[in-house]
Amino acid sequence: MSFPFYVNPEQMTQDKAEFARKGIARGKSIVTLEYSEGICMVAENPLKLHKLGEVYDRVGFAGVGKFSEFDRLRKMGVQWADVEGYRFSRDDVRGKALANLYSQIVGEEFTRSMKPFEVEIVVAEVGDPELLGHEDNALYRVGFDGTIQDTEHFCVIGGSVENLQSHMESNFSEGLPLGEAVALGRAALQRAENGSADLPPESLEVCVLDRGRPGRKFRRLSTDEVRGNLGT
Amino acid sequence: MRFWDGYKGSSFLELIQLEHPGLQPDLRQWYASLGSTVPTAHGTTCIGLRFADGAMMAADRLATMGYQVASREIEKVYATDMYSLMAIAGAAGPAIEMARLLGIQFEHHEKIEGEALELEGKANTLANLIKQNLPAAMQGLAVVPLFAGFDRRRRLGRVWKYEITGGRYEEQEFESVGSGSIFARESLKKSYRTQASRDAALRMAVEALTDASDEDRATGGVDLHRGIYPRVKTCTASGIEEVGDDEIAQVYQSVIESRRRPAAD
Repeated sequence: MSFPFYVNPEQMTQDKAEFARKGIARGKSIVTLEYSEGICMVAENPLKLHKLGEVYDRVGFAGVGKFSEFDRLRKMGVQWADVEGYRFSRDDVRGKALANLYSQIVGEEFTRSMKPFEVEIVVAEVGDPELLGHEDNALYRVGFDGTIQDTEHFCVIGGSVENLQSHMESNFSEGLPLGEAVALGRAALQRAENGSADLPPESLEVCVLDRGRPGRKFRRLSTDEVRGNLGT
Repeated sequence: MRFWDGYKGSSFLELIQLEHPGLQPDLRQWYASLGSTVPTAHGTTCIGLRFADGAMMAADRLATMGYQVASREIEKVYATDMYSLMAIAGAAGPAIEMARLLGIQFEHHEKIEGEALELEGKANTLANLIKQNLPAAMQGLAVVPLFAGFDRRRRLGRVWKYEITGGRYEEQEFESVGSGSIFARESLKKSYRTQASRDAALRMAVEALTDASDEDRATGGVDLHRGIYPRVKTCTASGIEEVGDDEIAQVYQSVIESRRRPAAD
């Protein structure tokens, strides 16, 4: 009878975390921030494979890291939300529940599997001033080990977030119009270590959760709209 | 929820069937035990027609249960997404559920794939739903909807009718289903003009519904003292719009006016 080698759990956790961090650092960052009419998500992504997506009426998704992994998570989120909305009602689909679900899935994979997910996720929920108890925006950040954070006003995910984070902290203010929010997101992305110093509108993926839209609040901005918003 | 081995397709209906069977009743057993004697609400007359800018759908607001009124204000024209409409006739319960499922299916596909289904694909999805409902239809719970929408690739409105087997037929001009449909169709046959303007199409639709409610007791007309008017929706390049009650009331008045008997001397 053979015994498996003993592995120190602390060592193993550290190794896995380092592995996941490396994987995430290879990709580009994403900035999610509040603006006057809702929530705006800005990603450096010139490709047609999207990193930002719609989950439900007021809930959006942003993912960095390994595409196959975060896109599967996005699709699972859509499946969960549509089933939940069908089973109960559209207002019962909440961002917090989805963020918790992601935290469970990603956390379990980190503990149980040899290779953890190399992903970081933001679940954004725009508030609805007409619905009692649903008025506030919410931004949840789920890390590669399943840690979940509830952030205020803005949220940055990706590899080298320190520069971006500090840029957002010193420049963010509440009630920014959309144009300024997109410009701020872009300015932050340009501070990334692996980003380029001058991001053209074609390399930006921008989506909004616009409180003023009826029903489904999510909208993807075309390159022309991004250019218009940046005023370039 | 399973991560890698869960359902990966883009169909909400399959997702429900495979992963959440509890959300769907076993239709065969359910309907077999229901029998055809249980009174259920039935929707009556719906119209779908093509006009210059797209497609229009109209329906009265009455649902009947045998000889009684089940609802005076039932909704029979549903926007299943930004560019498609479904009008229901027949057993109201399954039909409304079908419209709801269809809307979720279109939205689900759009979110999963990042692109909406083509209008033809949407029409086929509905055909499949109706096919699945066949055992219930044999028990008297038939759903016979109309489907219409704006085809964004071909830039035109399109209208489909269905039969209980899931058979799907595209109409070039107009179609009507429900108990008063014979009269509505006869009315449209006389009044229909191709490439009509929106206002002309609205007039044709209101006139046809007025004719249907005049001849068919199960079709609700305009309910003046409660202020209930037929529902009319258009689907064009700019999406779906609902025609306001005020406008329908005006058109209705002018239809009635044109048919008024001269006063006796």
